[in-house]
Formats: sequence, C-alpha cells, structure tokens
Amino acid sequence: MTELATHTGAAAALHPVEVTVNGQKRSAAVEARTLLVHFVRESLGLTGTHIGCDTTSCGACTVLVDGVPMKSCTMFAVQANGAEITTVEGLEQGGQLHPIQQAFSEEHGLQCGFCTPGMMLTSMALLAENPNPTDKDVRWAISGQICRCTGYQNIVNAVQRAGELMKEGS
Amino acid sequence: MATTQEVGGIGHSVPRKEDARFIRGKGTYFDDITLPGMLYMEILRSPFAHARLNGIDTSRAQALEGVVAVVTGELLAQHSLAWMPTLSGDTQAVLATDKVRFQGQEVACVIAETAYIAKDALELIDVDYEPLPAITSPQDAMADGAPMIRDEKEGQEGNHVYHWEAGDKDATDRAFADADKVISLDTHYPRCHPAPLECCGCVADVNPATGTATIYMTSQAPHVHRTLFAIVAGLPEHKIRIISPDIGGGFGNKVPIYPGYVVATAASLLIGRPVKWVEDRTGNLISTGFARDYHMRGELAVKDGKMTGLRASLLSDQGAFFADAQPTKVRAGLFHIVTGSYDIPAAHVVADGYYTNKAPGGVAYRCSFRVTEASYLIERLVDNAAHELGVDAAQFRLDNFIQPDQFPYESATGFLYDSGNYPEAMRMALEKLGYEELRKEQEAARAEGRLLGIGLASFTEVLGAGKGKDYAIAGVRMFDSAELRVHPTGKAILKLGVRTQGQGHETTFAQIVASELGIPYDHIEVQEGDTDNTPYGVGTYASRSTPVAGAATAVIARKLRDKGKEIAAHLLEASAEDIEFDAGSFYVKGSPDRAKTIQDIAFAAYTDIPDGMEAGLEGVHYYDPPNMTYPFGTYAVVVEIDRGTGQWKVEKVVAVDDCGVRINPMIVEGQIMGGLTEGYAIAAMELITFDDDGNCIGANMMDYLIPTAWETPEFELGEMVTPSPHHPIGAKGVGESATVGSPAAYVNAVIDALWHAGVRNIDMPLSPDKVWQALAEAGLAE
Repeated sequence: MTELATHTGAAAALHPVEVTVNGQKRSAAVEARTLLVHFVRESLGLTGTHIGCDTTSCGACTVLVDGVPMKSCTMFAVQANGAEITTVEGLEQGGQLHPIQQAFSEEHGLQCGFCTPGMMLTSMALLAENPNPTDKDVRWAISGQICRCTGYQNIVNAVQRAGELMKEGS
Repeated sequence: MATTQEVGGIGHSVPRKEDARFIRGKGTYFDDITLPGMLYMEILRSPFAHARLNGIDTSRAQALEGVVAVVTGELLAQHSLAWMPTLSGDTQAVLATDKVRFQGQEVACVIAETAYIAKDALELIDVDYEPLPAITSPQDAMADGAPMIRDEKEGQEGNHVYHWEAGDKDATDRAFADADKVISLDTHYPRCHPAPLECCGCVADVNPATGTATIYMTSQAPHVHRTLFAIVAGLPEHKIRIISPDIGGGFGNKVPIYPGYVVATAASLLIGRPVKWVEDRTGNLISTGFARDYHMRGELAVKDGKMTGLRASLLSDQGAFFADAQPTKVRAGLFHIVTGSYDIPAAHVVADGYYTNKAPGGVAYRCSFRVTEASYLIERLVDNAAHELGVDAAQFRLDNFIQPDQFPYESATGFLYDSGNYPEAMRMALEKLGYEELRKEQEAARAEGRLLGIGLASFTEVLGAGKGKDYAIAGVRMFDSAELRVHPTGKAILKLGVRTQGQGHETTFAQIVASELGIPYDHIEVQEGDTDNTPYGVGTYASRSTPVAGAATAVIARKLRDKGKEIAAHLLEASAEDIEFDAGSFYVKGSPDRAKTIQDIAFAAYTDIPDGMEAGLEGVHYYDPPNMTYPFGTYAVVVEIDRGTGQWKVEKVVAVDDCGVRINPMIVEGQIMGGLTEGYAIAAMELITFDDDGNCIGANMMDYLIPTAWETPEFELGEMVTPSPHHPIGAKGVGESATVGSPAAYVNAVIDALWHAGVRNIDMPLSPDKVWQALAEAGLAE
C-alpha cells in the first residue's frame, strides 16, 4: 500500500520508496530530502524510533537496514529503497518478546526509554556476530549510542543476559 | 510493612511496570502525537549574543507555499505576550522585540503545513540586527562602563541581578581570626547542560469551538505550568489541560516554561489548528535551561585539626534573564547547605548574580537547587585542606563529621539535618575500596613515575523543600499530592501531582501502596502528568517525588486503611479498635482467623457498609513536609593519569549511598549509577562555553560531549539505611545524590595524583588538554 507523503512541499518532486519493514512491504512517495527517520516515524507511523540529536551522535534513531545498525537521521529515505528494515516494533514475534527486550527489562537496562529502541537494535546486531560478548565488546558496540539515564552498566548486563537467553532458546 | 515478593511492597526489586511499553517502542512521547489538521512550528534564533533589533521582514517567508503564519515579537506584543515572567520573578522575552540578548534567543516562529517547509521558511526571514558588544562573564558584567543588557527593565541599574547572604558573618569572622590555618580555593563550576535525550517541545491544541487548550508538553511540573499558562496567557485555568506524556529524560531541563511552548499555544489559539513544536538539539543546548556557571571562592578555617569556620562567596552567571528554577525566598538556591557533612560551627555565604549575554535558565541539572555547587566547593576545599595540613583525607573527614548522636543537627546556616551516620558511610567506602592498600600502591606507583590518585567526597544533600510556609515556587507552596481509589474488586488507581521522567514512579509508588494496604503492586495503576486527571502537585525535580509525593501516597493509603478497619469491624462484628492489620489482612486482635482481606474490604466499601458511613474507598492527601530530608554518602574514585596525553582513566568507583529506606532497590541503584555517570560527565567533559563575542561552543552533541558506554567507568555500590525520622516510610530520595556528590570525588582523585608536584586545582571539565597543561607546569608531562 502507498501511504500519504507527509513531508511534501507542494512544488517538490516525489520519489517512491518501497521497503520491507518488520517483514511487511510498505511504500510511500517522499521528497528526495526526506530523512529515513521521518519516513519511518511519519510515513510508516512507527514512532518507536526516536530522534535525539540531528548530528548522528546519539543513536536514538538507530534501525537495522539489511541487518546493519544505521542512524536513520543521517540517511535519506530514498537510500533505503528496496531495503529490509527492522525497527523496535518488529522485535516481538507472535506475542513473544525478543530475548533482548526481556533482558533489558530484567536487568533494568532502561529508565526513560528514549534510547532503548536504538540500544536494543544495535545490541542485536552485536549478538548476531558475537553471542558471548565481553563487557568491553558490548561497550564498544554501543559506543555510538547515548543513554542519559542508566550509566550503561545495566545495559551491558542486559546485552550479555540476552546472549544467554538466545542460546537457551536456540 | 513486610510483603511477599508477589505483593511487591517496599524493599522488593520488582520489575518496572513502565518497561512493557518502552521495550516495545510503544511509549508515547510528545513527538509521537499527531492530531488532525496539525501544523508545525520552527523557531528562528538570533546569531548574535547582543544586538539591537531594527526590524524583521517576514514577507518572503510568508509568501512560501505551505507557510501559514510567521509570528514575531511585535505580533505577540499586540496580545501582551512578548514577555513572560520567569520562575525567579524576572521577565524573559518570548520573542525579541527591542534587542536580542543571547545567541540562540527566539526571534520569530514559522507555522507551516510541514516541518520541512517551516524550516525552509526560516531562511527567508530577513532580520536587521545592529550588533552590540557582548558580555560573557559576571566579572565583565560588573566592570565600569559595561554595556547594560537589561536596558528595557524599569529601575535596573547596571547588570547586577541579586545580592544574597546566609549564615552569621560576625561569628564566622571570629572563627577565622582564631584559626591556626586558613585554606582557600577559587574555582569555577562551569556551565553545563542537562541535555536529556529527548529535546523539549509540545503539541498545542486550542479548540476554537470550546475554547479549551490542550497542551501536550515535555513538563516536569504540569500543574504549575497550567497555572502559569493561565497567568501569562490570560486563559481561564479550567479551560487549560496540560498533558505531560512519556518524557525522554528531564534532569531539570523540563522544569521551566520556554518561549516555544508559549508561541505554539498562541499560534494554535490564533489559527484554530493544533501546532507541534519539536526543538532540535542545537535549540535545546543553546537556549533552554543550562546549569551551574558559579564562580566560587571558599575559605575554611581550621584550629587544632577541626574545621571552625567556612566562608563562601559566589558570583553567578545568570545569562540574559534571571530564570533560575528555585524556591522564591532564596536567591542562590539551597547553596547554604555548603557546610555539608561537617560540624562547622560558623559559616557565611555571600552570593551575587549578574546578567550576561548568555542563555538564561539556571536549572538544577539533576540537583536540588544548587546543592551540587555547594557540595563540590566543600568537598574540594576539605580535600585540599587535608593535603595542606598533611593529614589523610579520609581521617580529616572522620575527625570533622557531624557524629550520629548529634542528629537532629542544626547547621550554621540554619538547616535541621534529620538523620545520618557519616563515619559509617566513610568506613564502608574505604573498606570496599581497599583504601589502606591503595595508598601504598599509590606510593609505589609514584616511585615508578606513575600518577595514581584517590579522591573522596562525603556529601550531604537537602531534599524535598518543605515546609510549605518556608518554600514556594512562583507562590505555590512546595507540597505534593496523592489520590488513591480502591475499586470494588480490590484493584486500585493512584494519581499523583508529580511526573516521572524515567525514575520508575509507576512501579515505586505502587509499591508504597502495596506495603500499606497489601494490594499487589501490579494491581495498582499509577497515573501522572494529566492535569485534568491528577491532583494538583508541584512536580518532579530536586529529588522531591519520594520525599513529598511518596509521603503523600503513604499517608492517603493509611487513611484508607483506617476506614478499612471500620468496615472490617462492621463485617466481623467487632469494635474498630480491636481490628489489626497486617499484610493485606484485617483481623480481630487475638483471633487471626477472624479476618477479612483488603479485597473483601474494598468490595464491602461499595456493597456493605455500616449505617452512616460514606461509600467508597478513596481519598486525596496533600502532604506538606515538616522538614527536608538529608541523604548522604561517601564516594571514592581511583584514577591514573597518562603523562603523555593528560587523559585520566577511572580505575575504580565505589559509591556508598544512604537514602533512607529503599522502596525498590533495583531502581535506586539505577538512579545512583545514572547520577555517577552524569557526575563523571561534568567532571570530565560536559561544557557549554562561549567565545568573546558570545558565540556558544557546545551547541550540538559533537561539541557538547556526553560520555558513551566506552568512557563511562564501572561502579561498585554500597548500601546503608538510616531512615528519615519524619518521613512516613523513612525514605529520603535518591535521584540526584550521585550527580551532587560525585564530581568532587573525580576531581579530588586527579588533584590527589598531582598534589605532590604542586598542582592545587584544575577547574572542570578536566579535559586532557587542561590536565596536560597542569602536568607540563608541574614538570610531569612526558
């Protein structure tokens, strides 16, 4: 289906963008300058992806593009044409929380919740490559994300716990 | 009252209820709200720190397709909205009319069909600025012939804002005259910024048909904001509804009312459509509530190894408008807690504030009204004093602490400390650290040419801001409120006047009710943030939610329990005096099998009550704290300095905290670790600074450095519990302890590593270049 393009100036040319987001094909026509984060939040209505800085510093807008964590405030929607995108809304499957979600809650890896979607998605990409990350591995992997609340220690614990849960589940 | 883990009362680390939505991306932050017909607002900000405004031409912007309106100060002035009051009794420009007074000041707003068009239109507004010399420090602001920043203000002379004193000058002078030794320290606690991950913003929806204004805004104090909107905008208060939805961090940044909120609301009123304003990060960092910026001089008088007197003089840099968020009767917040954890018989504080061409705001970045600056000054001074006296820094503190048998303790500046055990906190921290051993290691390392430092800080905070008759903000007394209703099936709803920003209120406050009534915590819905549906409250900041709203929650739950006893007496055919309560069960004294559960009582409250009793099981309580609460602790930090780069690595952090009774220990520890990280951030890297022309350096997250997981140290925590004797559940509050206490510990550690080479102070942030400079001057650089 084609959603309403929300950023359209009347005179601007529109470009169709089709993506597979959380397993579903979605498309919209947007201006060339539309940022991927605005496309995700507004054209697709997936507001779990947040915006924190405008300068690619904070990582609140991180989504997985073809499995790779990308800061969606620094990518145009048209660049994601044809890609597979995973957002936080795609983590829970059939009413089952993803282990990363379960672990973040169990380990108190979140407080205000604003950085959490980006943190979880980046951590998932790490765990896909390295199921047994050390403290340092985790800290390095999430060093493109800012959390203002937790002091990171519980996030590190959560990522390691998620790794264990994923092994138990597989 | 003890409860099972399932009931989840006080003391249980139950999982947070709010997590369910956040881990699914289903939180509702204000920017997630889209209303039909909604317009978007963007703000044009001044590029100059100080300039006369000779004119604004909006015609090109207005001609852009999709632009609905361009709002200027001149237009607002026609509605008497060009200026608004601040929380400190000053005025602040909503949109500039005569001059701009800081870089980033709001000059005009564009309202358009899309945010992208609104941004495009900003570039089409032509402003005629006539630059004026900028003042960027209080020292320059007080100089003869300094340009006057607030020339529009009647009765204003020069740039002086306030003069304020606390304590006893004569007694302090006598202590200094009698001292063996006087230790002094001049330091600047630099300007930093709370920078919550979510910037500020709102969706203002004024319905032209009903006249109702619904404002979804990032507000830590929605009720007070409603009242201020009523006063500022002249809207009738019953027609204003502030909804503070999920907040992506606050740390004080979301306490004040900013121009963006006012213009968006005015625009919605004038246009008749909802208006969304989303602040960008630069706007957040350069225009909204900064923190600190105190130039401090401290002097400590010592006689026979005892601290006998303390002087503190402050120059505060207020920016262009005096907009500090603080109780009205004080001018430098609660800075006069500066005697800290020590039994210092005489103290005197003198503070003066000055206008500068910098952003206004003076919020307390995770701090109870300037307690952070006070704690930093005394803990730096005490450490330097120990070094100068040649006494161990821990021992010097132990020799001077207020002792456990001195509580309640009246400080030289008039605070009545409720309870504490400072020596025990110190001993626990030293033991966890392995202090003695570390001092030996430090010596050995020094012999090898390595620079190891150990820093201590033993802070005491002052929280809650009670009594109401002594403390008020904008005239509103600093009480807080709780409304509790137990439904017939025994499930409850608790509504509070405060507003969580990540602290976990939905869980913690339910746990208080669980303890008081025995209702499982997950059967209690906690609601906050909607002024139509919650009792009036003063908001969440200054670590006041648990001290004040937590107390209100316990008190109202106890009132319902008393009513429950009467209902139980009726059901059990006993006298109410004979009914006892424990863990959710009301029973007849001596016959525990003659009992009714809280769920039975709740049902009976609506179905089977004694004659003459009002139906229902609900009530509201407004709690006026009888005193402040005084959490305390000792933090200990070990660092090693790289002599080649000036970088300092934190090897160990031990934090012993005593915040009284811990409601949810997991959440408490989360708060402490968050605070230790922000304390580290301030000590190491966070800085909002300006060049001589008033250009803000630190205007985005590439320049305003915030630690990531990579830089952030690991923390080892220690727990002590000294209950507050006057708080209904003995809790003291914890949200800010670690930001208040830890910066001095980090800095003391670095100075400790360099003291032997003559280094006495480095002002924060201790960036590698500054530390390297100190190394070079001390002949230690490699």
